Amino acid sequence: MAIAVDQPTTIARPRPVRKALGWVSPSAWSLLIILVLWELSVRIGNVPAYMLPAPSVIGQEFIDYGHRLLPNAGVTLFEVLLGFTLSVLISIPLAVLIVYSKVIERTIYPLIVSSQTVPMVAVAPLLLTWFGYGMAPKIVIVILQTFFPIVVNTVMGLNSASREMIYLAKSMGASNWQVFWKFRLPQALPSIFAGLKLATAMSVIGAIVAEFVGANAGLGYVILVAGASFNITRQFAAIILIVVIGIAFFAALEQIERIAMPWRRIAR
Amino acid sequence: MNVMQASQSMPTDAETHISISGVSKTFSTRNGKVQALQDIDLTVRKGEFVSVLGPSGCGKSTLMMLLSGLEDVTAGRITVGKKDIFGPNPDSGIVFQQDVLLEWRSALQNILMQAEIRKADMGEATLRARELLKMVSLQDFENAYPKELSGGMRQRVSICRALLHRPPLLLMDEPFGALDAMTRDQLQIDLLRLCAETDMTVFFITHSIAEAIFLSDRVVVMSPRPGRIERIIDIDLPRPRRLAMREDKRFNEYTRELTDIFKGLGVFREEY
Repeated sequence: MAIAVDQPTTIARPRPVRKALGWVSPSAWSLLIILVLWELSVRIGNVPAYMLPAPSVIGQEFIDYGHRLLPNAGVTLFEVLLGFTLSVLISIPLAVLIVYSKVIERTIYPLIVSSQTVPMVAVAPLLLTWFGYGMAPKIVIVILQTFFPIVVNTVMGLNSASREMIYLAKSMGASNWQVFWKFRLPQALPSIFAGLKLATAMSVIGAIVAEFVGANAGLGYVILVAGASFNITRQFAAIILIVVIGIAFFAALEQIERIAMPWRRIAR
Repeated sequence: MNVMQASQSMPTDAETHISISGVSKTFSTRNGKVQALQDIDLTVRKGEFVSVLGPSGCGKSTLMMLLSGLEDVTAGRITVGKKDIFGPNPDSGIVFQQDVLLEWRSALQNILMQAEIRKADMGEATLRARELLKMVSLQDFENAYPKELSGGMRQRVSICRALLHRPPLLLMDEPFGALDAMTRDQLQIDLLRLCAETDMTVFFITHSIAEAIFLSDRVVVMSPRPGRIERIIDIDLPRPRRLAMREDKRFNEYTRELTDIFKGLGVFREEY
């Protein structure tokens, strides 16, 4: 019996230039070009370091001051990771409650949505008053900053199981518990990960905002102190570390996503 | 043409599998109550292949949902294998127009979901699943994800899943409706092959006249709004059915007869 099978698509052989450049990603190339242009324009234009430091000067700052920068980056990273983890532990069960309970959906969901209209910078001083200057208010702000995308996307994902899928499960005699674990939750995974990835960026923003309002450690604190003494090179160094944390976190999550959903890697 | 409904011989009790008597179904919608089915009486023998044929909106899918127990009747009574249907009936296999394969599971794992939920012996179920895949020529695709399969292959996997637990009743709601004509022909043959080796009853919903004749022992014709049984026609064609039978004189007579019924119902209007 004849069965239609897709022909394996032949992959075009990379051209020599592409092959030579291919070992680094295109984004790395554009970054390199920006850095070179930046270095050149600062040197040729004789821009003073207190206006715009050249990349090489910022690099020197990392060498000279790295032993102070890295522990502060560690503090920020810890706030981000702990806040994010707690946020996931709160948000996903909350989303499940919203999906399964009409009462909770009607009472809590509107509150969650309206809470997002309040800028975190406006709430941060309040939280400092309540939780002190330590780690606690930072964690709380990271949670407040990140739970919204996780809840909304998880709710959407859990509701994305089709009517037929639920019927099918029921026809097998599945309990509500089995419908949730074996059908709805795996079906929701792509949406949940979309929410988590949005939340990674938000978590870094949350931590820095919290440190700006009041802290004695962390990259936000470094920027604040460096700003007070017009040390623009150190501010750049701290900003770069923030970006690195953000990108690394996002990339790590993408890796987890790939492992959690191997079927998504298959191109059709 | 005479009304044949009353002349249908009623099967004796011993061989009755499905008995539908006085069944009505009403849905509450925003615009008030809608009667989907009205006074349905139907008896299906064990091992019979019955197609329910009608235009969209005639409530034929609703009838299948009632049989599966996934929806409750508003009035009347349904028994399947002497049991009253009340709540999901796990003694059936079900296939929808959409294949409803789980994207995160391979073809084999999708079929085995049936056994997992029923807490059946997984070793035995795996053997059975492989055997089913072989019968629909998908033995080389057990590890493929649904994304990697064509529409026809996906629907074949979905049929295998419905048959894993050897259900006495197979419910199919326009299972080939989303497939191209050639794939459809092949899947009809595949389905008949699967049916031939069991004595399961098949309740098949379709809006294709040719498909209903080709597959069935009996065709139940429904009229729309509210859904009622208009006529029941015995299809007296030999088995195994072959694609060439569709050009037979008798096949064409059935086609003509069914087309005329739908013309009479105003489903087809030919003047232009």
